Amino acid sequence: MTTARERLKAIAWQALMVLLVLLLLYPVIWLLTASVKPADEILSSLSPVPSRLVPENYRTALDGVAGISVWRFFGNSVLVSVGAVVGNLISCSLAAYAFGRLRFRLRGPLFAFTLLTIMLPYHVVLIPQYTIFKQLDLVGSFWPLILPKLLATDAFFIFLMVQFIRGLPRELDEAAEIDGCGPVLTFRHIILPLLKPALITTTIFTFIWTWNDFFSQLIYLSDPESYTLPLALRLFVDQTSQSAYGPMFAMSVLSILPVLCFFLAFQRYLVQGIATSGLKG
Amino acid sequence: MTVQTVDAPPTPAGQTGETRPGRRHRRDRTGIAYLFLSPWVCGALLLTVGPMLASLYLSFTDYDLFTSPSWVGFDNYRRLFSDDSRFLSSARVTATYVLFSVPLKLAAALVVAMLLNRPRRGQGFYRSAFYAPSLLGTGVALALVWRALFTDGGTVDSITGLVGWDTGGWINEPAYAIWVLVILAVWQFGAPMVIFLAGLKQIPQDLYDAAAVDGAGRWRTFRSVTLPMLSPIILFNLVLETIHAFQAFTPAFVVSGGRGGPSNSTLFYTLYLYERGFVQFRMGYASAMAWLLLLAVGLVTAVFFATSRRWVFYSGEAK
Repeated sequence: MTTARERLKAIAWQALMVLLVLLLLYPVIWLLTASVKPADEILSSLSPVPSRLVPENYRTALDGVAGISVWRFFGNSVLVSVGAVVGNLISCSLAAYAFGRLRFRLRGPLFAFTLLTIMLPYHVVLIPQYTIFKQLDLVGSFWPLILPKLLATDAFFIFLMVQFIRGLPRELDEAAEIDGCGPVLTFRHIILPLLKPALITTTIFTFIWTWNDFFSQLIYLSDPESYTLPLALRLFVDQTSQSAYGPMFAMSVLSILPVLCFFLAFQRYLVQGIATSGLKG
Repeated sequence: MTVQTVDAPPTPAGQTGETRPGRRHRRDRTGIAYLFLSPWVCGALLLTVGPMLASLYLSFTDYDLFTSPSWVGFDNYRRLFSDDSRFLSSARVTATYVLFSVPLKLAAALVVAMLLNRPRRGQGFYRSAFYAPSLLGTGVALALVWRALFTDGGTVDSITGLVGWDTGGWINEPAYAIWVLVILAVWQFGAPMVIFLAGLKQIPQDLYDAAAVDGAGRWRTFRSVTLPMLSPIILFNLVLETIHAFQAFTPAFVVSGGRGGPSNSTLFYTLYLYERGFVQFRMGYASAMAWLLLLAVGLVTAVFFATSRRWVFYSGEAK
Protein backbone atom coordinates (compact mmCIF):
# COMPACT_ATOMS: atom_id res chain seq x y z
CA MET A 1 0.00 0.00 0.00
CA THR A 2 2.62 2.50 1.08
CA THR A 3 5.02 1.37 -1.63
CA ALA A 4 2.35 1.81 -4.26
CA ARG A 5 1.69 5.30 -2.96
CA GLU A 6 5.39 6.04 -2.87
CA ARG A 7 5.77 4.96 -6.47
CA LEU A 8 2.85 7.07 -7.54
CA LYS A 9 4.40 10.05 -5.79
CA ALA A 10 7.73 9.39 -7.48
CA ILE A 11 6.07 9.27 -10.89
CA ALA A 12 4.14 12.48 -10.21
CA TRP A 13 7.37 14.14 -9.15
CA GLN A 14 9.19 13.03 -12.31
CA ALA A 15 6.30 14.24 -14.47
CA LEU A 16 6.32 17.62 -12.76
CA MET A 17 10.07 17.99 -13.20
CA VAL A 18 9.98 17.05 -16.88
CA LEU A 19 7.19 19.55 -17.42
CA LEU A 20 9.17 22.25 -15.69
CA VAL A 21 12.30 21.49 -17.73
CA LEU A 22 10.31 21.70 -20.97
CA LEU A 23 8.74 24.99 -19.92
CA LEU A 24 12.08 26.50 -18.92
CA LEU A 25 14.00 25.29 -21.92
CA TYR A 26 11.24 26.27 -24.34
CA PRO A 27 12.85 29.63 -25.22
CA VAL A 28 16.17 27.91 -25.90
CA ILE A 29 14.53 25.26 -28.06
CA TRP A 30 12.55 28.02 -29.76
CA LEU A 31 15.81 29.79 -30.57
CA LEU A 32 17.48 26.67 -31.94
CA THR A 33 14.56 25.82 -34.21
CA ALA A 34 13.94 29.44 -35.26
CA SER A 35 17.50 29.54 -36.58
CA VAL A 36 16.66 26.93 -39.23
CA LYS A 37 13.11 28.05 -40.01
CA PRO A 38 11.91 30.01 -43.02
CA ALA A 39 11.45 33.69 -42.12
CA ASP A 40 7.67 33.71 -42.34
CA GLU A 41 7.31 30.83 -39.89
CA ILE A 42 9.51 32.15 -37.11
CA LEU A 43 7.16 34.51 -35.36
CA SER A 44 3.73 33.12 -35.95
CA SER A 45 4.06 29.36 -35.96
CA LEU A 46 3.61 27.71 -32.58
CA SER A 47 5.03 24.43 -33.83
CA PRO A 48 8.68 24.03 -32.95
CA VAL A 49 9.21 21.83 -35.99
CA PRO A 50 10.09 23.79 -39.16
CA SER A 51 8.08 22.97 -42.26
CA ARG A 52 11.37 22.90 -44.14
CA LEU A 53 14.96 23.41 -43.03
CA VAL A 54 16.65 26.63 -44.07
CA PRO A 55 20.39 26.21 -43.59
CA GLU A 56 20.88 29.39 -45.64
CA ASN A 57 20.13 31.28 -42.41
CA TYR A 58 23.51 30.17 -41.18
CA ARG A 59 25.23 30.99 -44.43
CA THR A 60 23.87 34.54 -44.25
CA ALA A 61 24.80 34.78 -40.59
CA LEU A 62 28.36 33.64 -41.28
CA ASP A 63 28.71 36.39 -43.86
CA GLY A 64 28.52 38.73 -40.91
CA VAL A 65 27.65 42.41 -40.78
CA ALA A 66 29.01 45.49 -42.50
CA GLY A 67 31.28 43.36 -44.65
CA ILE A 68 33.00 41.82 -41.63
CA SER A 69 32.89 38.06 -41.22
CA VAL A 70 31.30 36.54 -38.14
CA TRP A 71 34.57 34.76 -37.37
CA ARG A 72 36.18 38.13 -36.76
CA PHE A 73 33.57 38.95 -34.09
CA PHE A 74 33.94 35.48 -32.71
CA GLY A 75 37.70 35.93 -32.47
CA ASN A 76 37.28 39.30 -30.75
CA SER A 77 34.93 37.79 -28.19
CA VAL A 78 37.37 34.94 -27.56
CA LEU A 79 40.26 37.39 -27.15
CA VAL A 80 38.41 39.56 -24.64
CA SER A 81 37.09 36.58 -22.68
CA VAL A 82 40.41 34.73 -22.55
CA GLY A 83 42.18 37.94 -21.55
CA ALA A 84 39.70 38.43 -18.73
CA VAL A 85 40.16 34.82 -17.59
CA VAL A 86 43.95 35.11 -17.51
CA GLY A 87 43.72 38.42 -15.66
CA ASN A 88 41.36 37.10 -13.02
CA LEU A 89 43.31 33.88 -12.48
CA ILE A 90 46.58 35.68 -11.84
CA SER A 91 45.48 38.73 -9.91
CA CYS A 92 42.74 37.15 -7.82
CA SER A 93 44.78 34.12 -6.75
CA LEU A 94 47.65 36.37 -5.63
CA ALA A 95 45.32 38.61 -3.66
CA ALA A 96 43.39 35.67 -2.24
CA TYR A 97 46.56 34.04 -0.93
CA ALA A 98 47.52 37.24 0.87
CA PHE A 99 44.04 37.68 2.36
CA GLY A 100 43.57 34.02 3.18
CA ARG A 101 46.95 33.07 4.59
CA LEU A 102 49.30 35.96 5.36
CA ARG A 103 49.10 38.15 8.40
CA PHE A 104 49.70 41.77 7.58
CA ARG A 105 48.74 45.20 8.68
CA LEU A 106 45.28 46.43 7.58
CA ARG A 107 44.22 42.98 6.47
CA GLY A 108 40.81 43.15 8.13
CA PRO A 109 39.75 46.56 6.79
CA LEU A 110 41.12 45.85 3.31
CA PHE A 111 39.30 42.54 3.08
CA ALA A 112 36.09 44.18 4.27
CA PHE A 113 36.59 46.80 1.58
CA THR A 114 37.01 44.04 -1.03
CA LEU A 115 33.73 42.47 0.04
CA LEU A 116 31.98 45.83 -0.16
CA THR A 117 33.17 46.40 -3.72
CA ILE A 118 31.24 43.28 -4.77
CA MET A 119 28.14 45.36 -4.12
CA LEU A 120 29.42 48.53 -5.76
CA PRO A 121 27.44 49.49 -8.87
CA TYR A 122 29.79 49.61 -11.84
CA HIS A 123 28.31 52.94 -12.90
CA VAL A 124 29.90 54.82 -10.01
CA VAL A 125 33.40 54.17 -11.37
CA LEU A 126 32.45 53.99 -15.03
CA ILE A 127 32.84 57.60 -16.13
CA PRO A 128 36.21 58.33 -14.49
CA GLN A 129 37.50 54.96 -15.71
CA TYR A 130 36.37 55.89 -19.19
CA THR A 131 38.17 59.23 -18.88
CA ILE A 132 41.37 57.48 -17.76
CA PHE A 133 41.28 55.04 -20.65
CA LYS A 134 40.51 57.85 -23.07
CA GLN A 135 43.52 59.79 -21.87
CA LEU A 136 45.67 56.69 -22.27
CA ASP A 137 44.24 56.44 -25.79
CA LEU A 138 42.97 52.94 -25.07
CA VAL A 139 39.27 53.48 -25.81
CA GLY A 140 38.43 51.29 -28.80
CA SER A 141 40.99 48.67 -27.83
CA PHE A 142 40.40 45.60 -25.68
CA TRP A 143 42.52 46.92 -22.80
CA PRO A 144 39.71 48.67 -20.90
CA LEU A 145 37.96 45.29 -20.78
CA ILE A 146 41.00 43.25 -19.73
CA LEU A 147 43.18 45.56 -17.64
CA PRO A 148 40.70 45.83 -14.72
CA LYS A 149 40.76 42.04 -14.43
CA LEU A 150 44.57 42.06 -14.29
CA LEU A 151 44.24 44.47 -11.38
CA ALA A 152 41.92 42.19 -9.38
CA THR A 153 38.80 44.34 -9.55
CA ASP A 154 36.57 41.25 -9.72
CA ALA A 155 36.25 41.00 -5.94
CA PHE A 156 33.78 38.13 -6.20
CA PHE A 157 36.54 35.75 -7.30
CA ILE A 158 38.93 36.92 -4.58
CA PHE A 159 36.20 36.08 -2.10
CA LEU A 160 35.61 32.68 -3.71
CA MET A 161 39.32 31.80 -3.58
CA VAL A 162 39.79 33.12 -0.01
CA GLN A 163 36.94 30.87 1.12
CA PHE A 164 38.60 27.96 -0.60
CA ILE A 165 42.08 28.69 0.78
CA ARG A 166 40.72 28.97 4.32
CA GLY A 167 39.37 25.45 3.95
CA LEU A 168 42.81 24.01 3.15
CA PRO A 169 44.65 22.40 6.09
CA ARG A 170 47.15 24.83 7.52
CA GLU A 171 49.52 22.00 8.44
CA LEU A 172 50.61 21.90 4.80
CA ASP A 173 51.83 25.50 4.93
CA GLU A 174 53.58 24.88 8.21
CA ALA A 175 55.31 21.82 6.88
CA ALA A 176 56.46 23.82 3.88
CA GLU A 177 57.70 26.57 6.15
CA ILE A 178 59.69 24.10 8.24
CA ASP A 179 61.21 22.85 5.00
CA GLY A 180 62.33 26.41 4.36
CA CYS A 181 59.66 27.63 1.95
CA GLY A 182 58.81 31.31 2.13
CA PRO A 183 55.37 32.60 1.16
CA VAL A 184 56.26 32.74 -2.53
CA LEU A 185 57.29 29.10 -2.71
CA THR A 186 54.42 28.01 -0.48
CA PHE A 187 51.99 29.77 -2.77
CA ARG A 188 53.56 28.30 -5.87
CA HIS A 189 53.99 24.71 -4.69
CA ILE A 190 51.34 24.17 -2.02
CA ILE A 191 48.42 26.55 -2.43
CA LEU A 192 48.22 26.93 -6.20
CA PRO A 193 47.97 23.20 -6.99
CA LEU A 194 45.33 22.71 -4.28
CA LEU A 195 43.41 25.75 -5.46
CA LYS A 196 42.67 24.10 -8.80
CA PRO A 197 38.90 23.59 -8.31
CA ALA A 198 38.45 27.25 -7.40
CA LEU A 199 40.60 28.26 -10.37
CA ILE A 200 38.42 26.17 -12.68
CA THR A 201 35.25 27.75 -11.27
CA THR A 202 36.79 31.19 -11.76
CA THR A 203 37.76 30.34 -15.34
CA ILE A 204 34.29 29.17 -16.29
CA PHE A 205 32.41 32.04 -14.69
CA THR A 206 34.77 34.73 -15.92
CA PHE A 207 34.61 33.34 -19.43
CA ILE A 208 30.84 33.10 -19.54
CA TRP A 209 30.19 36.44 -17.87
CA THR A 210 32.66 38.25 -20.13
CA TRP A 211 31.29 36.45 -23.16
CA ASN A 212 27.75 37.57 -22.28
CA ASP A 213 28.76 41.05 -21.19
CA PHE A 214 27.23 43.77 -23.29
CA PHE A 215 27.37 47.06 -21.37
CA SER A 216 31.12 47.63 -21.04
CA GLN A 217 31.76 46.36 -24.56
CA LEU A 218 29.13 48.73 -25.88
CA ILE A 219 30.88 51.59 -24.11
CA TYR A 220 34.47 50.86 -25.02
CA LEU A 221 34.34 49.35 -28.50
CA SER A 222 33.29 51.67 -31.31
CA ASP A 223 34.93 50.35 -34.48
CA PRO A 224 32.97 47.46 -36.06
CA GLU A 225 36.29 45.74 -36.77
CA SER A 226 36.78 45.32 -33.02
CA TYR A 227 33.17 44.42 -32.25
CA THR A 228 32.49 41.37 -30.15
CA LEU A 229 29.60 39.02 -30.88
CA PRO A 230 26.98 40.77 -28.71
CA LEU A 231 27.76 44.10 -30.38
CA ALA A 232 27.73 42.54 -33.83
CA LEU A 233 24.39 40.97 -33.06
CA ARG A 234 22.95 44.31 -32.09
CA LEU A 235 24.39 45.94 -35.21
CA PHE A 236 22.86 43.18 -37.27
CA VAL A 237 19.46 43.76 -35.69
CA ASP A 238 19.68 47.51 -36.31
CA GLN A 239 20.71 47.13 -39.92
CA THR A 240 18.28 44.52 -41.11
CA SER A 241 14.55 44.32 -41.35
CA GLN A 242 12.12 41.76 -39.97
CA SER A 243 12.61 39.50 -42.95
CA ALA A 244 16.11 38.71 -41.71
CA TYR A 245 14.84 37.02 -38.54
CA GLY A 246 16.25 33.67 -39.66
CA PRO A 247 19.87 34.81 -40.01
CA MET A 248 19.51 36.92 -36.88
CA PHE A 249 18.63 33.87 -34.79
CA ALA A 250 21.27 31.79 -36.54
CA MET A 251 23.79 34.37 -35.39
CA SER A 252 22.24 34.30 -31.90
CA VAL A 253 22.78 30.54 -31.78
CA LEU A 254 26.42 31.02 -32.78
CA SER A 255 26.78 33.56 -29.99
CA ILE A 256 25.49 31.24 -27.26
CA LEU A 257 27.24 28.13 -28.57
CA PRO A 258 30.43 28.52 -26.48
CA VAL A 259 28.37 29.17 -23.34
CA LEU A 260 26.29 26.10 -24.08
CA CYS A 261 29.41 23.96 -24.60
CA PHE A 262 31.04 25.28 -21.43
CA PHE A 263 27.88 24.55 -19.55
CA LEU A 264 27.52 21.00 -20.82
CA ALA A 265 31.17 20.23 -20.18
CA PHE A 266 31.52 21.78 -16.73
CA GLN A 267 28.01 21.89 -15.28
CA ARG A 268 29.08 20.08 -12.12
CA TYR A 269 31.78 22.65 -11.39
CA LEU A 270 29.39 25.50 -12.09
CA VAL A 271 26.68 24.29 -9.79
CA GLN A 272 29.11 23.42 -7.00
CA GLY A 273 31.05 26.63 -7.42
CA ILE A 274 28.03 28.83 -7.05
CA ALA A 275 26.71 26.82 -4.11
CA THR A 276 29.91 26.96 -2.06
CA SER A 277 30.66 30.60 -2.78
CA GLY A 278 27.19 31.50 -1.62
CA LEU A 279 27.13 29.41 1.47
CA LYS A 280 30.34 29.93 3.32
CA GLY A 281 29.73 33.60 3.78
CA MET B 1 35.83 19.33 8.45
CA THR B 2 36.50 22.97 8.92
CA VAL B 3 39.83 24.55 9.54
CA GLN B 4 39.55 27.75 11.46
CA THR B 5 41.88 30.61 10.86
CA VAL B 6 43.14 31.61 14.26
CA ASP B 7 44.88 34.91 14.36
CA ALA B 8 47.78 35.23 16.72
CA PRO B 9 47.11 37.32 19.80
CA PRO B 10 48.19 40.92 19.46
CA THR B 11 51.82 41.35 20.31
CA PRO B 12 53.34 44.52 21.74
CA ALA B 13 54.97 46.85 19.25
CA GLY B 14 58.49 45.89 18.36
CA GLN B 15 57.83 42.23 18.85
CA THR B 16 55.89 41.68 15.64
CA GLY B 17 57.57 39.24 13.37
CA GLU B 18 59.35 37.43 16.18
CA THR B 19 58.62 33.75 16.34
CA ARG B 20 58.60 32.56 19.88
CA PRO B 21 59.73 28.97 20.15
CA GLY B 22 57.31 26.36 21.31
CA ARG B 23 54.27 28.42 20.50
CA ARG B 24 52.11 28.44 17.43
CA HIS B 25 52.46 31.90 16.11
CA ARG B 26 52.06 33.46 12.71
CA ARG B 27 54.61 35.93 11.58
CA ASP B 28 53.74 39.36 10.36
CA ARG B 29 54.21 39.27 6.62
CA THR B 30 53.30 42.82 5.74
CA GLY B 31 56.09 43.27 3.19
CA ILE B 32 55.55 40.12 1.20
CA ALA B 33 51.78 40.35 1.55
CA TYR B 34 51.70 43.69 -0.21
CA LEU B 35 53.84 42.22 -2.94
CA PHE B 36 51.11 39.62 -3.52
CA LEU B 37 48.53 42.36 -3.27
CA SER B 38 50.25 44.81 -5.59
CA PRO B 39 47.90 44.28 -8.56
CA TRP B 40 44.95 44.51 -6.20
CA VAL B 41 46.24 47.70 -4.58
CA CYS B 42 46.71 49.32 -8.01
CA GLY B 43 43.21 48.28 -9.02
CA ALA B 44 41.62 49.40 -5.77
CA LEU B 45 43.24 52.83 -5.91
CA LEU B 46 43.24 53.56 -9.65
CA LEU B 47 40.05 51.82 -10.73
CA THR B 48 37.83 51.87 -7.65
CA VAL B 49 38.53 54.45 -4.93
CA GLY B 50 39.98 57.08 -7.24
CA PRO B 51 37.16 56.86 -9.80
CA MET B 52 34.54 56.82 -7.04
CA LEU B 53 35.80 60.10 -5.65
CA ALA B 54 36.27 61.49 -9.15
CA SER B 55 32.68 60.71 -10.13
CA LEU B 56 31.45 62.30 -6.91
CA TYR B 57 33.33 65.44 -7.90
CA LEU B 58 32.13 65.24 -11.50
CA SER B 59 28.54 65.01 -10.30
CA PHE B 60 28.86 68.66 -9.21
CA THR B 61 30.18 69.77 -12.59
CA ASP B 62 29.32 70.17 -16.22
CA TYR B 63 31.59 67.79 -18.07
CA ASP B 64 31.46 66.71 -21.69
CA LEU B 65 34.66 64.64 -21.81
CA PHE B 66 36.39 67.08 -24.18
CA THR B 67 36.62 70.32 -22.19
CA SER B 68 37.59 70.38 -18.54
CA PRO B 69 34.75 70.08 -16.00
CA SER B 70 33.21 73.30 -14.68
CA TRP B 71 31.74 73.49 -11.17
CA VAL B 72 27.97 73.92 -11.01
CA GLY B 73 27.24 72.99 -7.42
CA PHE B 74 24.03 71.07 -6.88
CA ASP B 75 22.61 72.02 -10.30
CA ASN B 76 22.71 68.48 -11.69
CA TYR B 77 20.90 67.05 -8.71
CA ARG B 78 18.39 69.88 -8.68
CA ARG B 79 17.64 69.45 -12.36
CA LEU B 80 17.24 65.67 -11.99
CA PHE B 81 14.49 66.06 -9.45
CA SER B 82 12.80 69.23 -10.63
CA ASP B 83 12.70 69.18 -14.40
CA ASP B 84 13.65 65.83 -15.81
CA SER B 85 10.55 63.69 -16.21
CA ARG B 86 12.54 61.00 -18.01
CA PHE B 87 14.76 60.63 -14.96
CA LEU B 88 11.80 60.29 -12.63
CA SER B 89 10.13 57.75 -14.85
CA SER B 90 13.38 55.76 -15.20
CA ALA B 91 13.66 55.64 -11.40
CA ARG B 92 10.06 54.48 -11.22
CA VAL B 93 10.55 51.80 -13.88
CA THR B 94 13.65 50.43 -12.15
CA ALA B 95 11.92 50.46 -8.75
CA THR B 96 9.02 48.50 -10.24
CA TYR B 97 11.41 46.06 -11.87
CA VAL B 98 13.33 45.47 -8.63
CA LEU B 99 10.15 45.24 -6.56
CA PHE B 100 8.64 42.53 -8.73
CA SER B 101 11.49 40.63 -10.32
CA VAL B 102 13.47 40.00 -7.12
CA PRO B 103 10.72 38.55 -4.89
CA LEU B 104 9.23 36.53 -7.75
CA LYS B 105 12.62 35.16 -8.74
CA LEU B 106 13.50 34.22 -5.16
CA ALA B 107 10.08 32.67 -4.56
CA ALA B 108 10.44 30.56 -7.70
CA ALA B 109 13.97 29.61 -6.63
CA LEU B 110 12.83 28.54 -3.16
CA VAL B 111 9.80 26.58 -4.34
CA VAL B 112 11.74 24.68 -6.99
CA ALA B 113 14.67 24.08 -4.61
CA MET B 114 12.28 22.52 -2.09
CA LEU B 115 10.66 20.40 -4.78
CA LEU B 116 14.07 19.29 -5.93
CA ASN B 117 15.43 18.57 -2.45
CA ARG B 118 14.57 14.91 -2.19
CA PRO B 119 16.57 11.82 -2.97
CA ARG B 120 15.07 11.01 -6.32
CA ARG B 121 16.56 9.87 -9.55
CA GLY B 122 17.52 12.63 -11.98
CA GLN B 123 17.97 15.29 -9.31
CA GLY B 124 21.38 16.33 -10.62
CA PHE B 125 20.11 16.56 -14.18
CA TYR B 126 17.11 18.71 -13.25
CA ARG B 127 19.27 20.97 -11.13
CA SER B 128 21.57 21.62 -14.08
CA ALA B 129 18.68 22.12 -16.48
CA PHE B 130 17.05 24.68 -14.19
CA TYR B 131 20.37 26.44 -13.81
CA ALA B 132 21.02 26.79 -17.56
CA PRO B 133 18.85 29.93 -18.06
CA SER B 134 20.97 31.80 -15.50
CA LEU B 135 23.97 31.43 -17.78
CA LEU B 136 22.28 31.90 -21.14
CA GLY B 137 19.76 34.55 -20.19
CA THR B 138 22.06 37.47 -19.45
CA GLY B 139 23.28 37.84 -23.03
CA VAL B 140 21.88 39.61 -26.07
CA ALA B 141 20.69 36.44 -27.80
CA LEU B 142 18.00 35.44 -25.31
CA ALA B 143 16.81 39.03 -24.99
CA LEU B 144 16.22 38.92 -28.75
CA VAL B 145 14.25 35.71 -28.30
CA TRP B 146 12.14 37.43 -25.64
CA ARG B 147 11.49 40.32 -27.96
CA ALA B 148 10.28 37.93 -30.65
CA LEU B 149 8.20 35.84 -28.24
CA PHE B 150 6.32 38.89 -26.95
CA THR B 151 5.96 40.84 -30.18
CA ASP B 152 2.74 41.42 -32.10
CA GLY B 153 1.83 38.06 -33.61
CA GLY B 154 4.53 36.30 -31.62
CA THR B 155 4.16 33.11 -29.60
CA VAL B 156 2.65 34.70 -26.51
CA ASP B 157 0.26 36.78 -28.58
CA SER B 158 -0.82 33.66 -30.48
CA ILE B 159 -1.43 31.72 -27.26
CA THR B 160 -3.44 34.47 -25.60
CA GLY B 161 -5.26 34.88 -28.92
CA LEU B 162 -6.65 31.36 -28.46
CA VAL B 163 -8.72 32.65 -25.54
CA GLY B 164 -9.63 35.78 -27.41
CA TRP B 165 -7.09 38.16 -25.92
CA ASP B 166 -5.31 39.98 -28.73
CA THR B 167 -2.47 41.67 -26.88
CA GLY B 168 -0.95 43.44 -29.86
CA GLY B 169 2.36 42.27 -28.44
CA TRP B 170 3.35 42.96 -24.85
CA ILE B 171 6.50 44.79 -25.91
CA ASN B 172 4.35 47.38 -27.68
CA GLU B 173 2.05 48.00 -24.69
CA PRO B 174 3.36 50.47 -22.09
CA ALA B 175 1.39 48.67 -19.39
CA TYR B 176 2.85 45.24 -20.19
CA ALA B 177 6.34 45.86 -21.57
CA ILE B 178 7.98 45.85 -18.14
CA TRP B 179 6.50 42.39 -17.46
CA VAL B 180 8.36 40.99 -20.44
CA LEU B 181 11.56 41.97 -18.64
CA VAL B 182 10.34 40.74 -15.26
CA ILE B 183 9.54 37.35 -16.79
CA LEU B 184 12.98 37.23 -18.38
CA ALA B 185 14.50 37.86 -14.93
CA VAL B 186 12.34 35.30 -13.15
CA TRP B 187 13.23 32.75 -15.84
CA GLN B 188 16.79 32.94 -14.51
CA PHE B 189 15.87 31.71 -11.01
CA GLY B 190 18.42 28.87 -11.29
CA ALA B 191 21.36 30.63 -9.66
CA PRO B 192 19.62 31.45 -6.35
CA MET B 193 17.91 28.06 -6.53
CA VAL B 194 21.25 26.25 -6.50
CA ILE B 195 22.27 28.26 -3.43
CA PHE B 196 18.97 27.51 -1.69
CA LEU B 197 19.34 23.83 -2.50
CA ALA B 198 22.80 23.69 -0.94
CA GLY B 199 21.35 25.43 2.13
CA LEU B 200 18.43 23.01 2.41
CA LYS B 201 20.82 20.08 2.40
CA GLN B 202 22.56 21.51 5.46
CA ILE B 203 19.46 21.63 7.65
CA PRO B 204 19.87 18.75 10.15
CA GLN B 205 17.31 15.97 9.74
CA ASP B 206 16.75 15.87 13.55
CA LEU B 207 14.93 19.17 13.35
CA TYR B 208 12.42 17.69 10.91
CA ASP B 209 12.14 14.53 13.00
CA ALA B 210 11.47 16.59 16.11
CA ALA B 211 8.85 18.63 14.26
CA ALA B 212 7.16 15.41 13.13
CA VAL B 213 7.13 14.07 16.69
CA ASP B 214 5.53 17.31 17.81
CA GLY B 215 2.84 16.72 15.21
CA ALA B 216 3.71 19.68 13.01
CA GLY B 217 2.09 19.68 9.60
CA ARG B 218 3.84 20.48 6.37
CA TRP B 219 3.15 24.22 6.46
CA ARG B 220 4.05 24.49 10.14
CA THR B 221 7.34 22.66 9.51
CA PHE B 222 8.13 25.02 6.66
CA ARG B 223 7.36 28.08 8.81
CA SER B 224 9.15 26.90 11.94
CA VAL B 225 12.06 24.85 10.64
CA THR B 226 12.87 25.46 6.98
CA LEU B 227 12.40 29.23 6.83
CA PRO B 228 14.39 30.14 9.96
CA MET B 229 17.21 27.72 9.11
CA LEU B 230 17.36 29.10 5.59
CA SER B 231 17.05 32.77 6.54
CA PRO B 232 20.79 33.64 6.32
CA ILE B 233 20.77 32.33 2.75
CA ILE B 234 17.56 34.18 1.96
CA LEU B 235 19.28 37.38 3.11
CA PHE B 236 22.33 36.59 0.98
CA ASN B 237 20.24 35.92 -2.13
CA LEU B 238 18.02 38.93 -1.49
CA VAL B 239 20.97 41.33 -1.25
CA LEU B 240 22.75 39.90 -4.27
CA GLU B 241 19.70 39.75 -6.53
CA THR B 242 18.55 43.23 -5.54
CA ILE B 243 21.91 44.74 -6.36
CA HIS B 244 21.91 42.96 -9.72
CA ALA B 245 18.35 44.03 -10.51
CA PHE B 246 19.15 47.69 -9.88
CA GLN B 247 21.93 47.47 -12.47
CA ALA B 248 20.10 45.49 -15.15
CA PHE B 249 20.77 46.94 -18.59
CA THR B 250 21.08 44.46 -21.45
CA PRO B 251 17.51 43.09 -21.49
CA ALA B 252 15.89 46.54 -21.51
CA PHE B 253 18.37 47.83 -24.08
CA VAL B 254 17.81 44.92 -26.45
CA VAL B 255 14.07 44.50 -26.02
CA SER B 256 13.37 48.21 -26.52
CA GLY B 257 16.00 48.66 -29.23
CA GLY B 258 18.03 50.95 -26.95
CA ARG B 259 15.31 53.55 -26.44
CA GLY B 260 13.41 52.33 -23.38
CA GLY B 261 10.05 52.52 -25.12
CA PRO B 262 7.13 52.33 -25.50
CA SER B 263 6.44 55.57 -23.60
CA ASN B 264 9.51 55.12 -21.37
CA SER B 265 7.96 51.97 -19.93
CA THR B 266 11.23 50.03 -20.16
CA LEU B 267 13.56 52.97 -19.63
CA PHE B 268 15.72 51.42 -16.92
CA TYR B 269 17.78 53.74 -14.77
CA THR B 270 21.00 52.40 -16.29
CA LEU B 271 19.61 52.87 -19.77
CA TYR B 272 18.93 56.53 -19.10
CA LEU B 273 22.34 56.94 -17.47
CA TYR B 274 23.93 55.49 -20.59
CA GLU B 275 21.91 57.82 -22.80
CA ARG B 276 22.92 60.92 -20.82
CA GLY B 277 26.56 59.92 -20.43
CA PHE B 278 27.51 58.13 -23.60
CA VAL B 279 25.05 59.34 -26.19
CA GLN B 280 24.72 62.99 -25.15
CA PHE B 281 28.11 63.13 -23.37
CA ARG B 282 26.68 64.84 -20.33
CA MET B 283 29.12 63.13 -18.03
CA GLY B 284 28.56 65.35 -14.99
CA TYR B 285 24.83 64.71 -15.14
CA ALA B 286 25.41 60.97 -15.58
CA SER B 287 27.82 60.98 -12.63
CA ALA B 288 25.13 62.51 -10.43
CA MET B 289 22.82 59.72 -11.56
CA ALA B 290 25.49 57.12 -10.75
CA TRP B 291 25.88 58.45 -7.23
CA LEU B 292 22.13 58.47 -6.68
CA LEU B 293 22.13 54.84 -7.81
CA LEU B 294 24.86 54.04 -5.30
CA LEU B 295 22.86 55.77 -2.57
CA ALA B 296 19.71 53.85 -3.47
CA VAL B 297 21.51 50.49 -3.56
CA GLY B 298 23.33 51.30 -0.31
CA LEU B 299 20.12 52.37 1.39
CA VAL B 300 18.18 49.27 0.37
CA THR B 301 21.05 46.99 1.40
CA ALA B 302 21.32 48.80 4.73
CA VAL B 303 17.61 48.29 5.33
CA PHE B 304 17.97 44.57 4.62
CA PHE B 305 20.82 44.23 7.09
CA ALA B 306 19.22 46.44 9.71
CA THR B 307 15.96 44.46 9.70
CA SER B 308 17.81 41.14 9.42
CA ARG B 309 18.29 41.05 13.20
CA ARG B 310 14.57 40.43 13.42
CA TRP B 311 14.14 37.81 10.76
CA VAL B 312 17.49 36.15 10.16
CA PHE B 313 18.26 33.28 12.47
CA TYR B 314 21.85 32.16 12.91
CA SER B 315 22.04 28.69 14.40
CA GLY B 316 24.38 28.54 17.36
CA GLU B 317 22.99 31.86 18.44
CA ALA B 318 21.58 31.69 21.98
CA LYS B 319 17.98 32.68 21.55
